[in-house]
Amino acid sequence: MTPHSDDSNRRAAAVAEKDVAAPADPTAVGRELAATGTILRIDGLRTYFHGDESVVKAVDGVSLDVPRGRTMCVVGESGCGKSITARSVLGLIDPPGRIEGGHLWWHPDPEAPAVDLAGLDPRGDAIRQVRGGQIGMVFQEPMASLSPMYTIGDQLVQAIRLHRAVTPAEARELAIAQLRRVGIPQPERRFDAYSFQLSGGMCQRVMIAIALSCDPALLIADEPTTALDVTTQARILDLIAQLQEETGMSVMFITHDLGVVAEIADDVTVMYLGTAAEQGSVTDIFDRPRHPYTQALLASVPTLGQARKERLAAIAGMVPSPENRPVGCPFHTRCPSVMPGLCDVTAPAVRPLGDRHAAACHLLDPGLQRPPVTAPPAAPATAPVAAAPPAAAGAVPPATEPLLSVRGLRMTFPVKKGFFGRTVGHVQAVDDVDLDVFPGETLGLVGESGCGKTTLGRCIVRALDPTAGTVLYRDPDTGAAVDLARLGPKELRPYREQVRVIFQDPFGSLNPRKTLLQLISEPLRRIHSAKLDSTVEDQVAAMLRRVGLRPEYLRRYPHAFSGGQRQRINIARALITRPRLVIADEAVSALDVSIRAQILNLLRDLQDEYRLTYLFISHDLSVVEHACDRVAVMYLGRIVEQARTVDLFRGPRHPYTEALLSAVPVPDPHLRGAGRRIRLADELPDPSAPPPGCRFHTRCPHRQETRCDTESPALARAGAGDGPAHLAACHFSTTLALRGVAGPTGDEEGTRP
Amino acid sequence: MTQQLPPAGADQATGGVAGTTVEDVEPATVSVASQWRLMWWRFRKHKLALGGLVVTALLYFVAVFADFLAPYDSGRLDPEYTYAPPQSLHVVDTSEGWDWGLYVHGYTAEQDPETLEIRFAVDESTKVPVELFTRGPSYRLFGLFETNIHLIGPADPDGPPMYLLGADRLGRDQLSRIIHGTRVSMSVGLVGVAIAFVLGITLGGVSGYLGGRVDTVIQRMVEFFMSLPTLPLWLGLAAAVPTDWGPLTRYFMITVVLSFVAWTSLAREVRGRFLSLREEDFVMAARLDGAGRRAIIFGHMLPSFTSHLIATLTLAIPAMILAETALSFLGLGLQPPVVSWGVLLQEAQQIRVISTAPWLLLPGLAVVIAVLSLNFLGDGLRDAADPYRR
Amino acid sequence: MAAFLARRLLYMVPTVFLISLVAFVIIQLPPGDYLTTLVAQYAAQGESLDQAQLDALNQRYGLDDPFYVQYWKWISGILFHLDFGQSFEWSRSVSSLLADRLPLTMALAGLTLLLTWIVAVPLGAYSAVRQYSIGDYLATTIGFLGLATPNFLLALVMLWVAFSTFGLSVGEANPVTFAIAILVLGTAGTAGLIRILRANLLDELRKPYVVAARAQGLPEGRLLVRYPLRVAMNPFFSTIGWLLPSLVGGEVIVATVMNLNTVGPLLLGALRSQDMYLAGSIILILGVLTVVGTLISDIALAWLDPRVRLRYR
Repeated sequence: MTPHSDDSNRRAAAVAEKDVAAPADPTAVGRELAATGTILRIDGLRTYFHGDESVVKAVDGVSLDVPRGRTMCVVGESGCGKSITARSVLGLIDPPGRIEGGHLWWHPDPEAPAVDLAGLDPRGDAIRQVRGGQIGMVFQEPMASLSPMYTIGDQLVQAIRLHRAVTPAEARELAIAQLRRVGIPQPERRFDAYSFQLSGGMCQRVMIAIALSCDPALLIADEPTTALDVTTQARILDLIAQLQEETGMSVMFITHDLGVVAEIADDVTVMYLGTAAEQGSVTDIFDRPRHPYTQALLASVPTLGQARKERLAAIAGMVPSPENRPVGCPFHTRCPSVMPGLCDVTAPAVRPLGDRHAAACHLLDPGLQRPPVTAPPAAPATAPVAAAPPAAAGAVPPATEPLLSVRGLRMTFPVKKGFFGRTVGHVQAVDDVDLDVFPGETLGLVGESGCGKTTLGRCIVRALDPTAGTVLYRDPDTGAAVDLARLGPKELRPYREQVRVIFQDPFGSLNPRKTLLQLISEPLRRIHSAKLDSTVEDQVAAMLRRVGLRPEYLRRYPHAFSGGQRQRINIARALITRPRLVIADEAVSALDVSIRAQILNLLRDLQDEYRLTYLFISHDLSVVEHACDRVAVMYLGRIVEQARTVDLFRGPRHPYTEALLSAVPVPDPHLRGAGRRIRLADELPDPSAPPPGCRFHTRCPHRQETRCDTESPALARAGAGDGPAHLAACHFSTTLALRGVAGPTGDEEGTRP
Repeated sequence: MTQQLPPAGADQATGGVAGTTVEDVEPATVSVASQWRLMWWRFRKHKLALGGLVVTALLYFVAVFADFLAPYDSGRLDPEYTYAPPQSLHVVDTSEGWDWGLYVHGYTAEQDPETLEIRFAVDESTKVPVELFTRGPSYRLFGLFETNIHLIGPADPDGPPMYLLGADRLGRDQLSRIIHGTRVSMSVGLVGVAIAFVLGITLGGVSGYLGGRVDTVIQRMVEFFMSLPTLPLWLGLAAAVPTDWGPLTRYFMITVVLSFVAWTSLAREVRGRFLSLREEDFVMAARLDGAGRRAIIFGHMLPSFTSHLIATLTLAIPAMILAETALSFLGLGLQPPVVSWGVLLQEAQQIRVISTAPWLLLPGLAVVIAVLSLNFLGDGLRDAADPYRR
Repeated sequence: MAAFLARRLLYMVPTVFLISLVAFVIIQLPPGDYLTTLVAQYAAQGESLDQAQLDALNQRYGLDDPFYVQYWKWISGILFHLDFGQSFEWSRSVSSLLADRLPLTMALAGLTLLLTWIVAVPLGAYSAVRQYSIGDYLATTIGFLGLATPNFLLALVMLWVAFSTFGLSVGEANPVTFAIAILVLGTAGTAGLIRILRANLLDELRKPYVVAARAQGLPEGRLLVRYPLRVAMNPFFSTIGWLLPSLVGGEVIVATVMNLNTVGPLLLGALRSQDMYLAGSIILILGVLTVVGTLISDIALAWLDPRVRLRYR
């Protein structure tokens, strides 16, 4: 069953017959694509979803070329239609969605005519030969993308036998070879494992193995690393790159992460609201962006190594919903260079800018009176940069006493099992943590999922009752210190207003059945037993205005607001009591890049205004570097390193920090491959049975047999040259030569000896 | 891609900088719509459910005003009219020109000389005038006002009877008995569900909120009750209710027996909701806002699942109605002279009887209609119960 | 798997014990004890029991003993001698009565189960795959109607139709009534299963692994059977557990209407005449059958669903 040339003629002819509206001749298109070295040309694709009352134009006229043997990244914010575009290619749109128009010229064989995939019956034989056989696809949720009912081996064998005429025994051999190829250890044993027995990273490897089992000419990867931790992401990206090198396949990579784009892309397409805003080589896009959206998007990303605490250039507003597409240019509602009378009337045409670079913007119209904007993003929302505090570089006031001192904090969860819920083990989510937070600073707490950072935050605010340890809080007004970990619910109440939380999930953290007034005033009513009178209402209204929402929204319910707006509501609720310490638990992680920048800016403004202290919990190192004065890194319930942000990022003293930093993709294509690549094994040890000695030793590249697996290192002052505030929990923190992130100053060599 | 809520609206926002306001074009009515209004909007899109609501409301209306709506009371018998067939109600008499006025035709009865069976035929020549709001047997409306006005009935209460849906073995009016039966049949479900509800919400709530050992014990109990075969248990318990108890006690005992099984699924539902809500971020947020246990349960958790509870309760009613009908049909449930649809169907146990008087199956039709409409209503409520689902 | 089985069997013990307790309570519930009923019955027939016989019976059932002793006598008789006691209405041992009727009951239940599956699986699957098609609406309507119609009503209507149009003789059991009984009993189960399967399958069809499998180029038919249907079928295995007792329960009514020689009418008669040893025994047997059915369906589930087998759920 070799899918290729023989019947593709016939198929193409059939397509041409069927597709009456399309005058394009597959043979001619084929020649053109061969000449330009294009394997897939998406031409004016329109995919609509027909609802009861409205039509959602999820993809509305996207055109892009995937070059042969190279990686094309499609990047955009959520709801821009990038995933729908990818699925449209393989006809995987579920009803009520439908491809309404455009062409998907597929051209794996340079000699043969091109095939229009859009013209194939999505349930027919022809498209099935393409799926898996010629184009492989990998999805966002690796665990859910594998059936739990069959072993991964079964599923892999099935994929192989679908497109290749091999016996079951041969297929099994091929499958095991394939598993080995994608870097799964002990493939013979894993062959019989089920998806739920493997980690997310392993599952994604299996998905890649399945997608590539029949040597497709194109791999479509739809956010394949979004659900994974950063260290796992790095390894999956490496794998895809390595496999591409081996097979020479083309890759269409869908992502929202500009860092990933810079890391792997040859070419980039920037999508906005169902259309392609700009397409070009990765250097064109990052160095010479021509579309205002691309420019704004790049400016709103905090990057590793960037000067700290600079205001981010946020894009105004938010992505309109696809049901309410603006007339004219889809970006005109948020565009800094909008030209009334033109942009809001006519949709701009795609203008070629030479060498595969093209953008759809009226500013690039040669006949236009106004000069095109070429200056770096003139983001409107940018306040004067001078507003940034001059003391930006690590304004730690070490002399003052800490606002919060955590000592020896432990949080243990029992593992229950069986008929009567016997306790069969314990998970030490937080294990002997010491942490100081000083007034006025922003302390970042980073680590991969499951490291205990959220549990630590919840213990501090007493959403959980810590098993052991103290959480000493010094009231800045009275100077009296109190151990929050020991207080009962009644005594805790006054401190509930001084220590507040901003939650991660903007949807789950607001009770949908309450109005904004009820939600935001709840702490006032509960803690101060205030009545819902006009004073409270005025207070809430003022707070709403302060976080950038209209006071008229008081009587509205949360469902009327988008994610970014809800996060503003959350901030208002946290700040209504005038707290001292705010714990922001992944507060911006669920938001799109441009909205994230708005919220980060807002948090910073509020910190200055209300003299807030932040404990900023995040898995995103670039956000942490942007937002924090000091950073603590957690691994398996323990803090492994703690230092001023700039020290930690430039000169890490713990191998885990180093590995984390090296895994973060930097949104600058010129730094690609500049850093030393440290890749950790996928498997995080079982937290209910952590490894003895240093918890990181099972994955540590610098592990030494002498001490690491027996002796647990304490958090102590690191390297000789470092300040007193730089602590690391590694036996060899003073001797190891670890490498941080290259700063914009060109400090490429870091601390390498 | 289906949109649960009306479009979130394009936010023409300018709010990058804190302090400036974020505009929106969200229709104001949607923005300020409470959960119940959102639910209603969703519910009314569901045409079948809407129909179910109307029919259910109608049935309960009939149950409340049964005395007024039924031409006769449930026990009135007339041995002369054994198995009299249904009469059709005429509005206009065209036999002698156009004569307006409600009437039915009378019967002619003849006895089969061999089987001694009496056969009725509609006698076109006789006319029994029928009146709206006529006087009939007296009753107490809501047990308070003594009256004898009935919606419909023969103009002359002492004249020949009217059998719009036929008569049974003893010449009792099927229509009146079905209308009176509505009362018991429809209320058995309500009362039974109410008992089950109290049991279920208490045990489920305790189990879900306290957790730990209490939870384990209650869960084992629920599992045990669920592993019991329902119908034999019902039968056994119903049979154990002494036959000499009064109709009201018996009615109450039967509903208790019915709810004995139904509470388990409710308790599970309540517990499940409690457990999942306890983990919700907004509940933790309320806790951190200083809300006490009571405020969290009654201010945040209960309002979040009352709608689900109402849907579950609605869906539990039809099962009760069916069970009561079956029990009564078998003679283990309610006993005459109490009238319920199941009791009425007792008359229709013999195929020969059915073939002479098929209208005896009509109470069954009433059961089907009631159960169907309650099911549609419950399904619609369940679909609308969470208007915030994404 | 062995550990799973052992654990599962162990859990059964307390459940079965409780069921036997409930059955015994039901036996004891009606006012007056077995003996008074018996004496009354003999008296009604103009006979009488002498004191020696009375004492023997008293000894046999331990009627003067406390509750737990009576229970023990009863349950030990069942456990060790398969002695379920005496049916005074039939004046035979309960076990021999049951032995007469169980085979037909089981045949009825088995055939009904088969019919239910054969009809419900394709209808449910079709209904989900072609959501909102005419066939879907039809299947959904049948499902709703089947659930809303009491079994016995359906039986009556079908019998009536058979009687009036085909001149079926009513009164004795014959293959036609047996077939009607299967059809009637199957309807309710089928209706329920169609709804469950449709809802489950609709859920499964939206899962990412279905899209992923489709992206491998799997044909639609194979995709449906191998992936979502396989998961959505899980409730069908649970039906083994609850269908049997609910069949016997439903059969009580249907068989009464149809005059079938099965356990159902026996139970009903026993309950009506408060022949409590017979009734209690049948309830006990049905309860135990439920537990065994649940066990079988759990084992089937564990065997078929690796998540259950490997305890990942």
